Amino acid sequence: MTTDLTRATAAELADLLGAGTVSSREVTQALLDRTAAVDGAVHSYLHVDGEGALAQAGEVDRRRAAGESLHRMAGVPVAVKDVLATSGLPTTCGSRILDGWVPPYDATLVTRLREAGMPILGKTNMDEFAMGSSTEHSAFGPSHNPWDLDRIPGGSGGGSSSVVASFQAPLAIGTDTGGSIRQPAAVTGTVGAKPTYGGVSRYGLVALASSLDQAGPCSRTVLDSALLHAVIAGHDPMDSTSIDAPVPAVVEAARRADVSGMRIGIVKELTGEGFQAGVQARFEEAVQHLVDAGAEVVEVSCPSFSYALAAYYLILPSEASSNLAKFDAMRYGLRVSPEGVDAPSAEQVMAATRDAGFGDEVKRRIILGTYALSSGYYDAYYGSAQKVRRLIANDFAAAFERADVLVSPTAPTTAFRLGDKLDDPMAMYLNDIATIPANLAGIPGLSVPSGLADEDGLPAGFQVLAPAMADDRLYAVGAALEARLTAAWGGPLLDRAPDLTEVAR
Amino acid sequence: MSTATEPVLGFDEALATYDPVMGLEVHVELGTATKMFCGCPTEFGAEPNTQTCPVCLGLPGALPVVNEKAVESAIRIGLALNCSIAPWCRFARKNYFYPDMPKNFQTSQYDEPIAFEGYLDVELDDGSTYRVEIERAHMEEDTGKSLHVGGSTGRIHGATHSLVDYNRAGIPLVEIVTKPMLGAGERAPEVAKAYVATLRDLLKALEVSDVKMEQGSMRCDVNLSLMPKGSAVLGTRTETKNVNSLRSVERAVRYEIGRHAAVLSGGGSITQETRHWHEDTGITTSGRPKSDADDYRYFPEPDLVPVAPAAETVEALRATLPEPPAERRRRLQTTWGYSDLEMRDVMNAGLVELVEETVAAGASPAAARKWWSGEIARRANTEGEDVPTYAERLGVTPAHVVELEGLVTAGRLNDSMARQAWEGVLDGEGTPTAVADARGLELVQDTGALEAAVDAVIAANPDVADKIRDGKVQAVGALIGQVMREMKGQADAGVARTIILERLGQA
Ligand SMILES: [Zn+2]
Repeated sequence: MTTDLTRATAAELADLLGAGTVSSREVTQALLDRTAAVDGAVHSYLHVDGEGALAQAGEVDRRRAAGESLHRMAGVPVAVKDVLATSGLPTTCGSRILDGWVPPYDATLVTRLREAGMPILGKTNMDEFAMGSSTEHSAFGPSHNPWDLDRIPGGSGGGSSSVVASFQAPLAIGTDTGGSIRQPAAVTGTVGAKPTYGGVSRYGLVALASSLDQAGPCSRTVLDSALLHAVIAGHDPMDSTSIDAPVPAVVEAARRADVSGMRIGIVKELTGEGFQAGVQARFEEAVQHLVDAGAEVVEVSCPSFSYALAAYYLILPSEASSNLAKFDAMRYGLRVSPEGVDAPSAEQVMAATRDAGFGDEVKRRIILGTYALSSGYYDAYYGSAQKVRRLIANDFAAAFERADVLVSPTAPTTAFRLGDKLDDPMAMYLNDIATIPANLAGIPGLSVPSGLADEDGLPAGFQVLAPAMADDRLYAVGAALEARLTAAWGGPLLDRAPDLTEVAR
Repeated sequence: MSTATEPVLGFDEALATYDPVMGLEVHVELGTATKMFCGCPTEFGAEPNTQTCPVCLGLPGALPVVNEKAVESAIRIGLALNCSIAPWCRFARKNYFYPDMPKNFQTSQYDEPIAFEGYLDVELDDGSTYRVEIERAHMEEDTGKSLHVGGSTGRIHGATHSLVDYNRAGIPLVEIVTKPMLGAGERAPEVAKAYVATLRDLLKALEVSDVKMEQGSMRCDVNLSLMPKGSAVLGTRTETKNVNSLRSVERAVRYEIGRHAAVLSGGGSITQETRHWHEDTGITTSGRPKSDADDYRYFPEPDLVPVAPAAETVEALRATLPEPPAERRRRLQTTWGYSDLEMRDVMNAGLVELVEETVAAGASPAAARKWWSGEIARRANTEGEDVPTYAERLGVTPAHVVELEGLVTAGRLNDSMARQAWEGVLDGEGTPTAVADARGLELVQDTGALEAAVDAVIAANPDVADKIRDGKVQAVGALIGQVMREMKGQADAGVARTIILERLGQA
């Protein structure tokens, strides 16, 4: 067992804490020290709550010392994406327009973290309102990829991927609207899961696109994601779209890591052309590992996926244009008075604030969505996109007739350089080509590292998709692959990442 | 703000040339204990912004959950309006920016209302019935309330700043929309008023709302257009907002008919716009332009799941519907023994429930009708309120009427004294007995004084007394009048008559 607490997995920490070998305060302090050392270079956090985290850790230690029976994850610290409402802690969504807003309430999943006794280390960076694949659209500056600080850590949840990849936290909460958990996991050599839509409460998740958003776990191992998944999942009466059914047995599936007899479907449309050679090579090797572990491979076709990106970029902006209307300077957040106007009206203040408070990508999508919902265009755009959505769900249903899970590379490329795609939205959007269909259909997906691409030595991700409420299958496949690859590599992939304490200095 | 009066054509003249077409949109605040999408209380009159939470303040991340009770109320309203109930329907977002709307969209229903295609039969003064076709009844949430400070009128114009109270934001509403109401002709104002009154009675009977127009729990928008007689082409309409009393509904329709007619007959055309109704001056003024192309970018609310009431649920709710108002009215009229005219007066004054409660409390139907429709109606009208609201504000109750009638039947008060006692009650001087005590209202029960007065009057009128002795009993009236004057009105005329006839040997 490792002695560096920052490099321990969440499962290991839970065992150490349970055995009384270490205290939660020690673990929390070690992680905060790591943040002090490296986050100047990585910029995973928008807000670190050292005092609050240590207080929560101390409370867990006290309760443990008093002999109380605690949650198995009690005392294991976690970082939370800044798109989730945290009472008493700033919540900006990476936007100037919420600069200084401190929510008076906790998101349901945050309440569940607190109830489990998991200290919250801080709030992680993200593309503004989760719009982006690189964190370059954060109003507070991008996060950096721990494998190469000049590269993107993925997005929108680049703060959550880099915070676990740089050993500042064993666990982080992400949110995934079109790939914002899975693509960052892929490009940072970490694990991330998007649960079934409705599996984790959205109450307190500041909505980007209500029908697509889903919060989920980010970690360095498959088991750790499963452990966090189990903490945050389950029905919430405050979220009408939350599923009232038992949480799939994700932890058990991750521990068993059994794929024998499982039918693995390779989605024809999500491999080959358009995917970086090294990413494709690692994907094919990973499939072979699963076959070696007893799985059976089938090829499936999902022809409607070619329309997924177009449908996504109509549905998402439409919902976002309405969801973001509430940011109007009337009740909270930024308020800007228009220049040169003597006694501005409410409308003028709203316009000036939204002009100053939103970044270009947000404005771009609000304009797209407003247009797509306008009368006369609604049927052609939003209406057609909803039809495509049904076709994609049908494709998945047919594919899951033939396969228990579907697999693909998570993202078409490894991490690109900061700034490379900033002026080309279409290129940026294409990065989510393999992750978007799952959001449109509401099914769960997971990304697990598949290795380093030969051409650039950067991590590539392997995506597993399962039918709705069969999240456990993701973890079975992910854990089986992880075990074989780790053995082949002679240790975790992240052991090969640069030592950031040198870089940061 | 311009208050220049626009030309208005005389009502009869207008109706000679044009047929009015009306459409009424009535918003009803449901009387649920909690709001449409959160658990906040709905009670009226609380301190501003004390009945709010992350959901109804539209805080980032908060999500709505549908109030099942509100859905039940909406279904019952739909059933009572003879509507079909949608087996599956969704909420939609109506997007527009306004400071009193926390999310800058209103969660409403658009093309999938919970209830649709119904009707309400409305009885008119002449006893005939007008059938109002109902297009739809749908659920939505109310907005907050803006208070504009610093201007003279309380309107936004001239105000230095505005305050917003979000207590009302998220209160459940049902909007009931009629189809175009054609063929009412000169009875259009009456039909509009009778429709709103009938709807109000129906909603009250359903116990889904307190339907207080002056408190805004029932609000009416009047759409009106004119078409030349004989034409089948609808004219351009105006929408007069917030017409919030029955009387105003009638007046607003009448005014807009005259105004439209003046514009049209002068060769002008009507601007499609909203109009503000001014209760004090009885006119409407131009609001904001409104076009059919107003684009609210409706789309299905992704934060809510569809509402899909099971057929059994709908039937169970149908079984909870109260007696239909028309049947109830016929039953009450028979029970109370009112003439058609009396019943209609009671209905139009919105007194049915009050009379019912008063009769239940022990008064005779005649007394209940008499006391609730006399002086108190005159005073309520001056205050611009309806009698039930006015009475409630004053603290005047059915028990007061029962007590008053008791004083009369017990012989303590005659009719004119009872009227004085009632005025005292309305003036806030206490119960009828307390008023009678304080004002010294009391029929003289001491027959000694009355007998003395009778003797004095007989002595002063020997001729009349002789006639009565001779059998001309009808002459007794002249003597009774004089006795009552002697007694300064504080005597029972019947008793006086008996004593006079006894004295003169005619008993
Ligand atoms: Zn509320």
